[in-house]
Amino acid sequence: MSVITLSVNGKEVAIPEGVSLLEATRAAGVDIPLLCHLDGLEPVGACRLCLVEVEGSNRLMPACTTAASEGMAIHTHTHQLLDYRRMAVELFFAEGNHICAFCVANGNCELQNVAVQVGMDHSRFPYQYPQRVVDASHPLFAIDHNRCILCTRCVRVCDEIEGAHVWDVGSRGSHCHIVAGLDQPWGEVEACTNCGKCVDVCPTGAIFHKEDTTAEKLRHSDRPALLKAARDEHVWRNQ
Amino acid sequence: MESRPPAAAAMTRTVVIDPVTRIEGHAKITLHLDAAGHLIDTRFHVVEYRGFEKFCECRPFTEMAGITARICGICPVSHLLCAAKTGDKLLAVQIPPAADKLRRLLNLAQLTQSHALSFFHLSSPDFLLGWESDPAKRNVFGLMAADPDLARAGIRLRQFGQQILELLGGRKIHSAWAVPGGVRTRLSVEARDWILDRLPEAKATITLALGLYKTLLDGPLQKEQRVFGDFPSLFMGLVTPDGRWEHIDGMLRFRAPDGTIVADGLSEDDYASFLGEAVEPWSYLKFPYYKPLGYPDGIYRVGPLARLNVCDSIGTPWADRELEELRDRSGRVATSSFAYHHARLVEIVACLEAIEQLVNDPECRNSRVRSRASLNRNEAVGVSEAPRGTLFHHYQVNDDGLLTRVNLIIATGQNNLAMNKTVHQIAKEYIPDPVPAGTEIPEAMLNRVEAGIRCFDPCLSCSTHAAGQMPLHLQLLSADGQILAERRR
Repeated sequence: MSVITLSVNGKEVAIPEGVSLLEATRAAGVDIPLLCHLDGLEPVGACRLCLVEVEGSNRLMPACTTAASEGMAIHTHTHQLLDYRRMAVELFFAEGNHICAFCVANGNCELQNVAVQVGMDHSRFPYQYPQRVVDASHPLFAIDHNRCILCTRCVRVCDEIEGAHVWDVGSRGSHCHIVAGLDQPWGEVEACTNCGKCVDVCPTGAIFHKEDTTAEKLRHSDRPALLKAARDEHVWRNQ
Repeated sequence: MESRPPAAAAMTRTVVIDPVTRIEGHAKITLHLDAAGHLIDTRFHVVEYRGFEKFCECRPFTEMAGITARICGICPVSHLLCAAKTGDKLLAVQIPPAADKLRRLLNLAQLTQSHALSFFHLSSPDFLLGWESDPAKRNVFGLMAADPDLARAGIRLRQFGQQILELLGGRKIHSAWAVPGGVRTRLSVEARDWILDRLPEAKATITLALGLYKTLLDGPLQKEQRVFGDFPSLFMGLVTPDGRWEHIDGMLRFRAPDGTIVADGLSEDDYASFLGEAVEPWSYLKFPYYKPLGYPDGIYRVGPLARLNVCDSIGTPWADRELEELRDRSGRVATSSFAYHHARLVEIVACLEAIEQLVNDPECRNSRVRSRASLNRNEAVGVSEAPRGTLFHHYQVNDDGLLTRVNLIIATGQNNLAMNKTVHQIAKEYIPDPVPAGTEIPEAMLNRVEAGIRCFDPCLSCSTHAAGQMPLHLQLLSADGQILAERRR
């Protein structure tokens, strides 16, 4: 495997060829907020929080989906990027109905953590208060679309890891939402194996165990990477 | 406070007390005078709107403990427990004995801290500093200046209750520790030791407060005891199967002012058969009433005084002695709303004795504190005794566990008719009759009218939830009472 070198915020790093800019920032010890990305799942660049500046390019690049190349010089924490990241997080909050006080994920929510990370103390954008529903038709789990940020982790984990492909994204624009089966009630989708991986990877309280009450949801977002390593490389958790 | 002069000399006059101070929530009182200055009507208006009953619809019932706890920062525990109990019924589970005892401990701490807040922070400045004292100093800060030891003791008594809430639930307010099926954690050794360590101080404080209050009651507060809402009404509260004081389980009992038990052994499940909920166009607060007597004759009171009136005894020695003293002073069924203050102090004694029993009970250290099940029923009613009185949560859910209907009957709402009657009685006693046109009513008189409301320690932020049934009715009246313009919503 050949190695390439590039600079992250002026620091030279050497990384294997073919990995993403996100891996380069990690090699440089730089922490970038992430919401849609999850190790073990294919990156999609949906949340736009990992945008970075690449010298010589006039547009911002998502670090999770951009391949690193020899000699690149990237910047991860410019004033413009910090402002854009905070704006993106504010838009997540303004676009949905995120009421932390009684959410199952309160205190254990990636959106909440990212808001703290980017220094968001209020939203500069008017809250949209969309009319959304809770689908609790599944016997074990429920999805609250009010809390969904369309990261598509559930879509990917169900397709790539579980192989059931229960989830998809339906509609367009502000009407975009996660659908089960062919936009059926989740409990009626026969493809669902009740595995709970979508619950494990959901970064917010959108998908949860039905018996969870306020602040009781536990995150297991490391599971896709562990499962992938187990399948692809035969590396097991206890090894 | 303000006194609005009449627009024309011949018109009726309305004296407005807005806002009513040292209560939880927002309200105003209007005193309606005719052209000759005679008091013709009084109204206690609750002017805020919360709407929980409506916006909880379509949410999972498992969230209700967390959501309804947010109704109030003073007694979140009451809603938390009532929602959890309603959730138990939807799951159709028997909660573990340890969970039952721990919930009791939580409610006792809640009653203690809330009653301490009502007595020391909100009401005692009137008794101890005087009704006519400077309004700017007639508060807990004035009390600190006048009697720092008593003020400190009162604040620490409230802290004692609050700290138990934190030790059990992880935070003083808005904990989500009680859940359908039980509670989340057992009592830790550290928490038990802290409670036992602080109990003697709490007992000393309540001894001091009771002694002081009884002295005042036998002296300068005699008139207040007589005119602050002393009228016959029913009283309602929970009692144990053998008729003792209860605060979280048991059955409902109604007692008449002559001591007769009007109804006993009532289940919360049947509340709609004996409680009606009326609305008036001038307040967001419901007017619950005892159905067999109709509205408004079915006036009844809830809360600490009602609990002591309906029970036969409390069941712990010190509290029972204090209960007998209260009954010696105010009658077997105390009908004066002013006796609510005394009842709060007696209930704190009862709470401290019960807390001591519970923390010494090894069952509270049992790690089995939660029963788990999925939805087994579509409708349930939960009940508990909040500091201000009996609290009902009624949920209907679909087969997925999403709420289709929510009804909350809050303690303060059940005292609504009584609060209006109390205000009227105090105004009749203290406001000059007739009030000469153009004269200002002294602040001390208006303060007594406010204090009538404070007897009930109302929590208005808790109590205004109904949606879709609160008509807005505006009338523009001429001096002779003719309707000039009218609009309804």
